[in-house]
Amino acid sequence: MPATDRPLSPHLQVYRPQITSVLSILHRITGVAVTFGTLLLTWWLVAAAYGPDAFANVQGFLGSFVGQLVLWGFCFAVWYHFGNGIRHLLWDFGWGFELDQVRLSAMVMLGFSAVATLITLIAAYL
Amino acid sequence: MVEFNLPPNSRIKEGKTWPVAAGAKRLKRFKIYRYDPEAGENPRLDTFDIDLDACGPMVLDALIKIKNEIDPTLTFRRSCREGVCGSCAFNIDGTNTLACIKAIDDINGDVRIYPLPHLPVVKDLVCDLSVPYAQLRLIQPWLQADTPPPARERLQSPEEREKLDGLWECILCFCCQTSCPSYWWNGDRYLGPAILLQAYRWIADSRDEATGERLDALNDPFRVFRCHTIMNCTSTCPKHLNPGKAIAEIKYLLARRTM
Repeated sequence: MPATDRPLSPHLQVYRPQITSVLSILHRITGVAVTFGTLLLTWWLVAAAYGPDAFANVQGFLGSFVGQLVLWGFCFAVWYHFGNGIRHLLWDFGWGFELDQVRLSAMVMLGFSAVATLITLIAAYL
Repeated sequence: MVEFNLPPNSRIKEGKTWPVAAGAKRLKRFKIYRYDPEAGENPRLDTFDIDLDACGPMVLDALIKIKNEIDPTLTFRRSCREGVCGSCAFNIDGTNTLACIKAIDDINGDVRIYPLPHLPVVKDLVCDLSVPYAQLRLIQPWLQADTPPPARERLQSPEEREKLDGLWECILCFCCQTSCPSYWWNGDRYLGPAILLQAYRWIADSRDEATGERLDALNDPFRVFRCHTIMNCTSTCPKHLNPGKAIAEIKYLLARRTM
C-alpha cells in the first residue's frame, strides 16, 4: 500500500485543551480583534473629521447595544494582547519558562486583563 | 496549514466492543484507536473492558494484557516498560505521554488511547516517524570539533557539564513534538520541540566547536521561528524536560548574534 494513503492520526479532535494552548490561540484571536478594532477607531476619527452627519452616524452605531458590545470586546482584546505581549517579551529574554511560572504568569495576566478592562469600562461610563 | 477536520480516509468510525472476561469485578473501559492497513477501511475506536484486579498498574500493562488475552492483532511499540526507551508514546487521556509510566488510576473515566497526533498511521498505535527522524538528521546530533582530539577524552568543567542537564535526558519519544499545534500545521518546515531541544543540546555543549554553523543552519523563518511559545511541549514532556526553554535559548542566541 502506498505510504501516502496512510490515515492522519487525530490531533485537535483528541488533544485536551491546555491552559498553554488556549491562552496562545486567544493571543492570536485578540490580535486579529485589535486589528479590526483599530479600523473601527479609524472610522470614528475619519467620521469626526468629515462632518457632524458622518460622526452622528458612527456614534449611532457605537452607541447602540451591539456597538457597545463590540467596544467591550475590543477593550478586553487590547488589554489581553497587551498583557500577554509582556509575557511574550519576558519569554524572549529567557525568563519564566518553568511550568509553575508559566501557569502563574497566565493567571496574573488573565487577572490583569480582566481588572484593566473593568477599570476602563467604569472610567468610560462614569 | 491549519486544518480543523481530518481528511476523509482518517475519520474515526465506531469500532467493535470486545467481550468482557468472565468473573471480572473492577472494570475499566479502554477506548483504543485501531487501523488495519490491509482492511481498506477507515480507522475505528474499539472498546475493551479490563478487570483492574487482573492487570498491572500502568496503561502499558493494560495494552499488553489486551494483546495477550483479547486481541493479539493490537499493534503498538514498546520496549523498556520503565520510561527510558521512549517507544510507547501515545496520546493517552488527551495528552501525549508514555504508556509505561502513566498510571491507569490517574485517569478519570474511560481511558482513551490514540497514536501520537498528526502523523501518518502505519497500524493501530504505530505512527510513521520518518519526518521527525529526517529532521533529527538535519541538525547533526553529534559532537563536532576541528581541534585534534586530546590523548584522552575532551574535558569539560562541572559548570559546563551542568549546562547539559535537562537536555541529555531526552529519549526522543516525540510526545512534545506531536503536542505542538505549530508542528501540526507546519511540520514539513518547522523542526519542532524535540529536534530543537536536541539542536540546543549540542549548541550548549562546551566541547562542540560548530556552534556558529549550527546557528546558521537554524536561522530560518520556519525551522525555529514557527515556535510561538505555546508551551504544550513542556506541559506534556513525560521526562519533565523543557523544550520550550531550549527553543527560547536558541532564539536568544540568534538574536544576540545580529546585535
